[in-house]
Amino acid sequence: MLSYFIRRMFYMVIVLALVSAVSFYIVNLPPGSWIESYALELLAEGGEIADQAELDYLTQRYGLDKPLHIQYLRWIGPILTRGDFGQSFEWQQPVWNLIRERLMLTMIISGASILFIYAVSIPIALYSATRQYSIGDYVFSFMGLIGLATPNFLLALVFMIVMLKVFGVSPGGLFSPEYLRESWSLAKFWDMVKHLPVPVIVVGTAGTAELIRILRGLLLDELEKQYVKTARAKGVSEWRLIIKYPFRMALNPVLSTIGNLLPAIVSGSAIVSVVLGLPTTGPLLLRSLIAQDTYAASSMLMMLGVLTVLGIFISDLLLMWLDPRIRYERAN
Amino acid sequence: MASSRLGPAAAAGDGEAGYEIASQRQLIWRKFRRHRVAVFSFYLLLVLYALAILAEFCSPYGAFERHRGYLFAPPTKLHFIDQERRFHLRPFVYKVTNELDMETFQRKYAEDTSESYSLRLFVRGESYKLLGVFKTDLHLFGVEAPGVFFPAGTDALGRDLFSRMLFGARTSLFVGLLGLAFGFVLGLFFGGLSGYYGGGVDTLIQRLIEFLQSLPTLPLWMALAALVPARWSPIQVYFGISLVLATIGWTGLARVVRGKLISLREEDYILAAKLSGVRERAIITRHLLPGFTSYLIVHLTLAVPSMILGETALSFLGLGIRPPAVSLGTLLQEAQNIQTVTLNPWMLIPGGLVVIIVLAFNFLGDGLRDAADPYKHV
Repeated sequence: MLSYFIRRMFYMVIVLALVSAVSFYIVNLPPGSWIESYALELLAEGGEIADQAELDYLTQRYGLDKPLHIQYLRWIGPILTRGDFGQSFEWQQPVWNLIRERLMLTMIISGASILFIYAVSIPIALYSATRQYSIGDYVFSFMGLIGLATPNFLLALVFMIVMLKVFGVSPGGLFSPEYLRESWSLAKFWDMVKHLPVPVIVVGTAGTAELIRILRGLLLDELEKQYVKTARAKGVSEWRLIIKYPFRMALNPVLSTIGNLLPAIVSGSAIVSVVLGLPTTGPLLLRSLIAQDTYAASSMLMMLGVLTVLGIFISDLLLMWLDPRIRYERAN
Repeated sequence: MASSRLGPAAAAGDGEAGYEIASQRQLIWRKFRRHRVAVFSFYLLLVLYALAILAEFCSPYGAFERHRGYLFAPPTKLHFIDQERRFHLRPFVYKVTNELDMETFQRKYAEDTSESYSLRLFVRGESYKLLGVFKTDLHLFGVEAPGVFFPAGTDALGRDLFSRMLFGARTSLFVGLLGLAFGFVLGLFFGGLSGYYGGGVDTLIQRLIEFLQSLPTLPLWMALAALVPARWSPIQVYFGISLVLATIGWTGLARVVRGKLISLREEDYILAAKLSGVRERAIITRHLLPGFTSYLIVHLTLAVPSMILGETALSFLGLGIRPPAVSLGTLLQEAQNIQTVTLNPWMLIPGGLVVIIVLAFNFLGDGLRDAADPYKHV
């Protein structure tokens, strides 16, 4: 168990290093740099030609004239040693200040979406599998198909319209205006919780549909097996039987799907946030990618990757703790 | 039992061969045909692709044709029954009028029942080159000028949304296929290496796949799409975006190929081929590939929707296909503003088409999967 843990740890460190390198590399690939777009912007706005000396100073200060791998080291070094993510060119403030709260909100929305997915899909899958081909089963299957096929930004738009037309409220944002500039308090937290349902439902729909499909299939396979018939023959009550054996068998693959679920949810929350105007990393990432705000964009891309990889790591550990068979498989 | 398995296929005259001596291909086709929804989806997709290829002909107006008097016009209503309650077999539309509401500055559209225009086939309109070759100005359907017919309303510039949807569908339907083609080559190559050789190569490729799959797709796509230079022509952007979509898309396919190869590699007939001195290339192409072609097709079918959804999402964010090029994503981009959509809900219709396309591909893939599984008797 310990050796598996260490191996898994080691592998994760390599993946994290790769994530950071890939993030930085991709963001830096487009020709030109922020300095150039900054100069162009100045030109477009006031018609004034940017001072070449200033541009040179900025280029040098941020090391933009150095080769890429040196730039990478200059970026990742302070992150590892001091937790310093560098300066955002566009916002003229430390990247960490910009993204700290946004990252946390991304995590909150992703976490809440996963809880939502489990809370909704497990009961529905149980119902559908035990009552195969019933009307309810068909209804849920159909809704699941629609849920899988609808792009979540479209779902977000539809939600906004419905909220606006039926309830007369605009569901955009995560906070009421009065809490926007407040620091964190219990009241602000509660305000956020009240805003959470719409984004969580929108982000979670596709995952829910997928999980119902997987879980239903697994349960149906499991319900056919001999031991279930034996238990039934011995007179174990139906619900007790299902919860105690087939359900537990089917639950492990469900936990292990977190590896697929988490990247999808983080992706989904990025685009949904753009539509709903949520202050998460998605909209900021979009802006900084377009503005070539290198440090901000690569930091966010990396942190999203890191969070996902960490999440998968934790789910793997959980799975190992839940299912003793996995330990033996790895030991061999 | 045997007769029921034979029943519909034999009755339809699908070859004289019975179940026992039917070829694999025939068996798959028979099973597939029993999956009604899948067959329906198949034909639906055929029609959609045909409409998209012939978009210039099938749409009543050009993609950039502006109707200046009809900004944000709602879908035009088709009528069968006129004011005198007479039934017309040929549907018609009334003249559409509008006036500016001076309080809200919104255009209000109304029907002027004094003038009507009946819907006709082969109407002359904007001239274009069909398939890039035949110069013509015939459109499949429409109404005679000065009448207008907008099946799905118009956008902010007064362009017919239905026509633009057909042009957009062309982009979106084929960007998926193109991305898939790139992904297919990559997936087959890496999956093949991984599965056939195993060992160190296998471990390396599997780790790479795990790495790519553990990254949040959309942010990665966003970063990659930002690479596509702004001065590229629409065609180049198009290729660029499908390449971006393929960077992640190949991983799933590589896994399928690897898994199938590993299980097939152990089969006795492969060992026999090896012992009789068949060359490696021949083993792969003659003996291994046919063993999982059906799985490949199934997987490819199921991979198209995610490509299409990816393109739509990227274009929606302004990172994918760029205006003036039209795709279903760019059409939805115009619906991004919540006020615009609440006032003009028909701007969301392209989204409905996305859902239909994705659903159809999913059903088709499901049907093919069931049909391709030799151990599953429907």
